[in-house]
Amino acid sequence: MTVLSLILLLPIVNALAIMFGAPARRSALLASWAQLALTLFAVLGYHRDAGGLQFQSTWNVASEWGLSLKLGADGLSLVMLLLTALVTVAAVHASPRIEKREGLFFACVLLIDAGAAGAFASFDLFFFYAFHELALIPTFLLIGIWGHGQRHAAAWRNTVYLALGSIILLVGRAQLYLADPVGARTFDMVLMLKNRALIPAAAQGGIYGWLLVGFGILISLVPFHSWAPSAYASAPTPAAMLHAGVLKKFGLYGLLRVAVPLLPEGAREWSHVLLVLLVLNILYIGLVTIAQKRLDTMLGYSSVMHMGYIFLGIAAGNAVGLSGAALLMLGHGLSIAALFAVCGYLRQNSPTTAFIDFGGIAKTAPFLGYAFGMAAFASIGLPGFANFAGDLMVFFGAFGSAPMPGALSFSAIQIAVICGLWGVVISAVYMLRAYRQMFMGAGTGTNVIADAAPMLRWPLLVLLAALLIGGVWPRSYLSFIQPSVEALIAK
Amino acid sequence: MQQIFPAIALEISVLLLGVLMLLAEAFSRRADRSHMARYAIGVLAAIVGFSFFTKAAPEHIEAGSYWTMYSVDATALFFKRIALVTTIAFLIMALEYRHVLTRFIPGAEEGRGTGEFYCLPVFICAGLMFMASAVDFILIFVSLELVTIGFYALVAYMRRNTLCLEAGAKYLILGALSTGFLVYGITWIFGITGQTNLFLVKTELIRGFSVPSIAGTEHLGHLIGNESALLFGIVLVLVGLGFKVAAAPFQLWVPDVYQGAPTPVTAFLSVGSKAAGFVVLVRVLEVFLAVPALGGKVTTVLVLLAAATLIYGNITALPQENLKRLFAYSSIAHAGYLLIACASLAGDPAAAKQAISFYLAGYLLMTLLSFLILIVVARHSRGDEIRHFNGLGKRSPLLAGAMTLAIASLAGIPLTVGFLGKFLVFKTAVATGHWLLISLGIVAVAAGFYYYLKVIAAMYWQEPTDSTPIEIAPLTRIAITALGVLIIVFGIFPTPILTQLREPARKPVADIAQR
Repeated sequence: MTVLSLILLLPIVNALAIMFGAPARRSALLASWAQLALTLFAVLGYHRDAGGLQFQSTWNVASEWGLSLKLGADGLSLVMLLLTALVTVAAVHASPRIEKREGLFFACVLLIDAGAAGAFASFDLFFFYAFHELALIPTFLLIGIWGHGQRHAAAWRNTVYLALGSIILLVGRAQLYLADPVGARTFDMVLMLKNRALIPAAAQGGIYGWLLVGFGILISLVPFHSWAPSAYASAPTPAAMLHAGVLKKFGLYGLLRVAVPLLPEGAREWSHVLLVLLVLNILYIGLVTIAQKRLDTMLGYSSVMHMGYIFLGIAAGNAVGLSGAALLMLGHGLSIAALFAVCGYLRQNSPTTAFIDFGGIAKTAPFLGYAFGMAAFASIGLPGFANFAGDLMVFFGAFGSAPMPGALSFSAIQIAVICGLWGVVISAVYMLRAYRQMFMGAGTGTNVIADAAPMLRWPLLVLLAALLIGGVWPRSYLSFIQPSVEALIAK
Repeated sequence: MQQIFPAIALEISVLLLGVLMLLAEAFSRRADRSHMARYAIGVLAAIVGFSFFTKAAPEHIEAGSYWTMYSVDATALFFKRIALVTTIAFLIMALEYRHVLTRFIPGAEEGRGTGEFYCLPVFICAGLMFMASAVDFILIFVSLELVTIGFYALVAYMRRNTLCLEAGAKYLILGALSTGFLVYGITWIFGITGQTNLFLVKTELIRGFSVPSIAGTEHLGHLIGNESALLFGIVLVLVGLGFKVAAAPFQLWVPDVYQGAPTPVTAFLSVGSKAAGFVVLVRVLEVFLAVPALGGKVTTVLVLLAAATLIYGNITALPQENLKRLFAYSSIAHAGYLLIACASLAGDPAAAKQAISFYLAGYLLMTLLSFLILIVVARHSRGDEIRHFNGLGKRSPLLAGAMTLAIASLAGIPLTVGFLGKFLVFKTAVATGHWLLISLGIVAVAAGFYYYLKVIAAMYWQEPTDSTPIEIAPLTRIAITALGVLIIVFGIFPTPILTQLREPARKPVADIAQR
């Protein structure tokens, strides 16, 4: 049994144990820290010199379809697994006191975690997809039972929308499987990569379209984004953290792992559509975010908006851009999780989350002030955090992916980069405005927030530390990411 | 595997069991008949076990002998097992349901008068098993009638319940109508080909449509340019079978009958009757699709049927509040997915057949599980509306968990058997390029999530109105656990089903027909 199967089994077994009566919060804490320890163990045990897929285990499921449960990890998936483990620890810590059905709550949180970890550790197209769906019903329950505000409507919309995305993805996946000639058909992603020349160029555009729409719905690409802000705003804190921080990265990871390397022709055909959509993601959703008056919806929209940058890195299609996208996935996951953790804490201690009801939190709660500030700076993309390194690589990669312009003629992707740079300004506007309104200035007098308890401090510190490491020493993550990405797109 | 006795022994033993049960019903002195059901469950389970020791019947076809009607291939054996398992599940449900049953039967105190309720399904089971093997229109018709007539009695079993009687009347009238269509269609096909055996019909058709340059025969086929009579017959047969599998626009009877019939009968109807309908449909279609001149037209009809069924089943399921009625519409919706695979039979026969069989096996597990839970819950909450499931997560975590599993599988969430079935269906549709059906299917799946998750929302989001714990009989508990485990196991590891479906190398049809 490899360390990966342990990482996968741990939350599932724990969720079952909780359902059968184990003490919920304590078991979940134990499981999440153990998972983090195992993930770190895997990261440290990965031979970077050898590279490639390690910790492999294969269990044959249906040989006539070429289907097997194949677990493994390369540098890219290890980084995603690390993100999953970090956010899970933080999410379990940040869980508010649960009055009703505590067991079910933590079981759902752990199942979401298991789904994400399983997806990132699977190198079989079938299980890669299947594990992601494991999170669907737990999310539905988490939002529907323990959510806030319009939670029922949000849960329905979220679930039906994501189901739609998944089924579209399923059709795309079936096409991908059938694109190989009979006899070479397999779900094994390593073999598919090896055989990618077998996929006829003419068929690639169609398949890529299905995958782009399917993954796009899961990632909240404009115009398929409307489920995300309402779901994040109504979800209980750990669900919002896990969903925005980790699960959404599944779609991006899928594009990076499957669509871009297997279907280069398809990516080229769709590049202009993708560029238009991602610019809309950045600018249009950015403006919508500025208009928000509540912290939770603002964070929800900002998380939709930041997907645009990652798409830009994917659209670039070169090693720098794709590696930057992967690093940005990590940075965004960590920073949005920290922001949602603070937001959840504020919501527990205050009747509303409207900006106008807060003021001077940093005076009464300095730790929260620092933590939110740093996470917000990271989210904007200021230097010193992993997001900055990711943004920078995405912009350079995307700009450099087209030939250098003559006097004043930019290619489409370069124009997209320029629009994207304005997005940074937009992020700064809404994040800093929220920070000033809520944390700075005079207190409202009525709404006094006490500082976070150690239970919440630890996870925030862990998340911020991981962000800082990525900012001051990006090589630490990139030495894992870059070789895997280069192997993916190597001709 | 060793062949110990011929496959027909399975049907014979089921029939014997039925006859014995009838005798016991007539002569047994014990008033409570539930022991009959328990014995029957044991015997049927043993027959399922025996079925693994049978192998194909004689492969040769001698004109006039019984074997021209009856063939045993892997698919047939598989569907025999499906019929047996469904019947066992029916009997378990019937035991759970007998308290409701006795309320609506005159003089049924202490379980009197419930004997036929346990014994008719055994005969229906025999009919289903014959149908799985039937390769002759005559045997198809006879076994179909054995099944349908049994159901006429079962559907209307609760004689004091008006809803139940209404369901019985509707089922009787529309069942008879569909039988009429089927027989009339068979007559036309017989009139043109002079054969009732499916293989011989196929040979006759291939000869009739043969073009000298292609088939190597000298004369031009006599049916070329002359196929309207044949098409008429085919369409009539399809209409007849459409009633059985609940395809739109022949689905009108489904909601009322499903809602009115005793719940175990509803489950039996939606699984057994559908499985049998599809196995016959596939056998019949194989014949017509083998003829290129007909194949395209038949496929068009199937595409239309599938599209109508998908749209109707899924849209009408959306507003349902009664769970039995919801399952009725969802059963139409599932017929739609299965028809997608049928429409792909021409382009991708092996994969489409595999998809249909696998889908039906999965459908059996999840439908039986959800109906079993419905019966238990309805008995305690005194109603089968969705709101009677409110707060079930608190009242009985086992039932709620198992129901969540069944619903997840029906909706098609991965790592369940239902998802794998859907995946196979979509895969064949992609392979044959039925893009209209694929796009309808996508909308249908999304709609399905909405109406299925309503049940999960009721179980977990709502507070229970009545917090008495639900006690579950040991046999029922075992059945629920087993079905739930199988849904996950086959959803991850489908090989046990796939090996059963693998056909041993068969002689080509033309070779058989020459003798």
